[in-house]
Amino acid sequence: MENNLKAGYFPGCSQTGTAREYDLSLRSVAEKLGTELTDVDDWNCCGATSAHVTNHTLANALAMRNIVQAEKQGLTEMVAPCAACYNRLIVSQHETQIHPELKKEIEAILDSKIENPVQVMNIVELFTKIGADKVKQAVVKDLKELNAACYYGCLLLRPSDITHFDDAEQPTSMEELIKLTGAKPVEWNFKVECCGAAHSIARKDIVVDLSKKILDDAVAHGANVMVVACPMCHTNLDMRQKAIKKEYPEHKEIPVLYLTELIGLALGMDEKELGINLHTVKFELKKETA
Amino acid sequence: MKIGVFICHCGENIGRTVDCPRVSKAAEWFPGVVHSVDYKYMCSDPGQNMIKDAIREKGLDAIVVGSCSPHMHEKTFRKAALDAGINPFLCEMANLREHVSWVHDDIEEATQKAIDLTRMAVEKVKRNQPLATIKVPVTKRTLVIGGGIAGIQAALDVANAGYEVVLVEKEPSIGGHMSQLSETFPTLDCSQCILTPRMVEVYQHPKIKLMTYSEVEKVEGFIGNFHVTIRQKARHIDASKCTGCGLCITKCPIRKKAFNSFEEGMAYRPAVYVPFPQAVPNIPVIDETVCTYYKNGKCGVCVKVCGREAIMFDQQDKLVTEEIGAIIMATGYKLYDISKKPDDSFIKGYGEYGYGKYKDVIDGLQFERIASASGPTSGEFKRPSDGKEPKKVVFIQCVGSRDDSKGFSYCSKICCMYTAKHAMLYKHKVHDGEAYVFYMDIRSGGKMYEEFVRRAIEEDGVKYVRGRVSKVYEQNGKYIVKGEDTIAGMPVEIEADMVVLATAMIAQENASTLAQTVGIPYDKYGFFNEAHPKLRPIESTTGGIFLAGACQSPKDIPESVAMASAAAAKTMVLFGSDMLEREPVVARVNELLCGGCFYCRKVCPYSAIEVREIKDRNGVVIKEVAYVNDGLCQGCGTCTATCPSKSVELMGFTNEQIFAQIAAL
Repeated sequence: MENNLKAGYFPGCSQTGTAREYDLSLRSVAEKLGTELTDVDDWNCCGATSAHVTNHTLANALAMRNIVQAEKQGLTEMVAPCAACYNRLIVSQHETQIHPELKKEIEAILDSKIENPVQVMNIVELFTKIGADKVKQAVVKDLKELNAACYYGCLLLRPSDITHFDDAEQPTSMEELIKLTGAKPVEWNFKVECCGAAHSIARKDIVVDLSKKILDDAVAHGANVMVVACPMCHTNLDMRQKAIKKEYPEHKEIPVLYLTELIGLALGMDEKELGINLHTVKFELKKETA
Repeated sequence: MKIGVFICHCGENIGRTVDCPRVSKAAEWFPGVVHSVDYKYMCSDPGQNMIKDAIREKGLDAIVVGSCSPHMHEKTFRKAALDAGINPFLCEMANLREHVSWVHDDIEEATQKAIDLTRMAVEKVKRNQPLATIKVPVTKRTLVIGGGIAGIQAALDVANAGYEVVLVEKEPSIGGHMSQLSETFPTLDCSQCILTPRMVEVYQHPKIKLMTYSEVEKVEGFIGNFHVTIRQKARHIDASKCTGCGLCITKCPIRKKAFNSFEEGMAYRPAVYVPFPQAVPNIPVIDETVCTYYKNGKCGVCVKVCGREAIMFDQQDKLVTEEIGAIIMATGYKLYDISKKPDDSFIKGYGEYGYGKYKDVIDGLQFERIASASGPTSGEFKRPSDGKEPKKVVFIQCVGSRDDSKGFSYCSKICCMYTAKHAMLYKHKVHDGEAYVFYMDIRSGGKMYEEFVRRAIEEDGVKYVRGRVSKVYEQNGKYIVKGEDTIAGMPVEIEADMVVLATAMIAQENASTLAQTVGIPYDKYGFFNEAHPKLRPIESTTGGIFLAGACQSPKDIPESVAMASAAAAKTMVLFGSDMLEREPVVARVNELLCGGCFYCRKVCPYSAIEVREIKDRNGVVIKEVAYVNDGLCQGCGTCTATCPSKSVELMGFTNEQIFAQIAAL
C-alpha cells in the first residue's frame, strides 16, 4: 500500500500491564491499516501523577527524555495512546517552549539539546492522521448493533490551550471516528465528567460513585457499549464495575471497549486477537446467523 | 533667533525618571537657546507665567516646552506664547512623559533621551513658520446612528435645541433593545410605557428626519462638514401610501418560515411584518428571503388586500446623501450568543451549557420576552420546550463576562441588576416557584440599585448562591445545574425547570466595520473608543463624532440616556459658532516646482487636491498644478510622501523641519 503512515509509538507503563489489550489492539489495528509503528527506544516513565505531583522539574525531565529519545531516532510524529502519557508529553513540550530557563535546566539534566520537532498525537489524532477514508475502506464488519457512548475523560482534551484538540466541553471527534464502523454514537451527558482517576487505588469509594454515575448516564441514553481512549478511564469504568455491583447490587453492567478494540472489530479481528477477553465486563459481538 | 526651553517635572511623573535640571542645563548649550529653566508644573498658572515673562523679558522668538504629550497641553502652551506676543505655532513640545518617563526605568538613559528629544524640538522650532488658523463653516445638522434609547434621546435633545437631525436605524423600527424589555430596574416600570412616547415624539418631530431600515454606507469630510451616504434598504412597501393597517401582515400565508427576531427567535413572523405592534414607523417590511413572490413570482396576496396599492415588489435600495456637521454614534450592543460554538474568535465558548442543545436554557433577552405582556407567552411564565410553568428557575450570572480563560475580560455591568429583576418578576408571578441566582459578586452600584437587589433577596426570597456553574445537563426532563457554593464550601446540584444565562453584552456584529467607515477607533472587543477615559468620555478621537450608550461599553438605560444628552450637548457646543477654527497643519503646493503629475490627487484620502490652471498674461494656460483645499485637507502627509518632485509640503512639518530633527539626533 502506498502513502502508509510511519509513526513513533510511546507505549507507557499501562500498555505493558493493566492495559495490555490496548497495546495489543493498537498494534494489530495499525498493522491492518498499513501503519508502521516504531517503538521509542529505551523509553521511560512519562512523569504522570507520581512525578508531577512531587517535583515539577523531575516530571518535565522524564517526559522530555522520551521526546529526546524519539528525536534521536529521527521520529517526527509519535502516538501516545494513554491519555495521561499524551498529556504529560505535550504539556512538557509546551512548558519547555515557553520557559527557556526550564528548557536549559532540563537540557543539562538530559545532557542533550531539546529541539522539539516531535509531534505527539493522541489515539484519536492517530486515526485522523491515518485518514477516515482509509479506515472506512478497511471496515469489513458493520458494527450497527453497537450503540456506543464515547467517553473522553479529562486528559485527552485539557488544557485546551495546549492540546488544541476538539472542544473540551462538547467533544465529537471519537463519535466521528466510530461512525465509520457503523456503530451508532449516543448523545449523552457525561463525556468529560471525572472518573476519579488515580483515586481508584486509595479511595475506591469515590471512584465507585463517580464511575457509576458515568455508566448509568450512558445506559440511560441507550448505550450498550462504552468507548474509551485512556487506560485509567478503562480501569475505573470496566474493572471497578465489580466494586460498583457490590455497592449497588442493582447496577446494570455495560462493557467498556478501547477505541482501538472497537475499530479492530470492524476491521474483522476477533475479540481474542484484540484482548477484549481480558476485560472484567465481558463483551462479544452477536454471532452471525447463517 | 532666540529660543527659550522650559522643562516640566510634571510633579513626579517626569521628575521620577528624568533628571529635569540636567535636561534644562544641557539645553542651555544648544545653539540658539538663550534661556532654559525647569519647573515642577509648567502647565500651572505660575508655570505659564514663567514662560510669558521669559518671552517678554528675554525677547524670545520661539519656545520649546519639554513636558507631556501635545495631546494634553499643546493648547495651553501655545496660548501662553500667543499671550506673550509670539505666534502660537512657534511653540514646540518635546514629549518627556509618554515618550520617556512613563516607558523607561533607567534614569541615566531616560535623561539622555529627554535631552535628545529636547534638542530635536529646538532644531525644529528654529525652522517653524508663523501660521494662522484656518476657518471653515459648520453645517448645523446632526446625524445620529442607531435608534435605541440612546439615539432617540440624543436626537430629541438636539432637535429640541432647534437643529436638524437625521436619525438612521438599521432595523425596520426604532426602539432598540429597550423596546424588548418587560420592566426596568430599579423601579419596575414598564419599559415600553416609558419608551414609546419618546419614539412617537421622534416620529412627529419637525426637525428629525427618521430613516429606518437604513444603514450608513460612507462618511466623507470632517468636523462640521461631513458628507454621509446612507443606504435605504428596500422595504418593498411604498411608505407614502401605506397607512399601517396591517392587513397585508394578517393575510400573508407565510406563517412559519422566519423567526421573529424581536421575540428573540421564540416566535415566527410572516414574510411581511412590522417587528412589534408599537413599531415606529408603523410601516411593514417584506422579507425577500422567505416571501413566495421572490421565489416563483406567485402569491401576491398582500397586493390583493392592500387598498392603497402600497406593495412594491420591485422597489430597490436607495442611496441618499446628507450634509452633516456632527455625528452621534449610538449603535448599542448585542448579547453574546452561547447557543452555538464560537467561530474563529478568541472566545472559547461554553460547551458546558450545551451550545443551544436545551430549549429551556435561555438568555436574558429571551427571558425579557417571556416576562413581557406583549411577548410570545403574553407575559405568562411558560418555558419554551413544552409551555409548562417552570417551578424552579436557575439564573447564572457572568456567562462570558469577567472570564479571561473562556470569555471576555470585562464586566457587562448590568447583569447583576437585570438578573435580580428577572428573579423578582418570576417570583411575583409564580408564587410557589423557586429562583436561584449563581453569582461571583453582586455589583449593584447606582441609585437605589443595592436596595433593589436586597429586596429580591429579602422580600421576594430569591436564593443567591455565590459560585460558578460547571455544567448544565438534562436528566429525566429536568435540567441539572451543577455548581459550587463557595460560601458553604460545597458542591451543589439543582434540578431546574428552566435556566437563564446572563450572557455578556458585546459590541454589535458590524461595529468595527462601521467604526472604519465613520473613521473612529475601537477597542479589541469592538466597542468604540472615547478620546479620554475620564475627561472626554463622550467624544471620539475624531473631531465632530460623539459616542452615546452601549456602543462605547456596557451600560444601563440611565447611563445611556445621560451619555446621549451629553453627546447632544457636545454637538450644540460645535454649532455654537458659525465658523470652525482649524489647525493650519495642511499641505501646500509649491506651484513653481509642481510638474502637474497629480499623483498626490490619486493618493489623497480626503479628495482635498484640486487642479489649478496657471495662465500667462494673455490668459493662455501654461500649466496645470495641484492645489490643496484647506477645508478638506486633514494634514495626513500622504501627498508629501508621494510627490516625486518634493513640491508638496505639510505646514508645520516640512521636510526641512523633519530632517533638522533627525540630524539633531
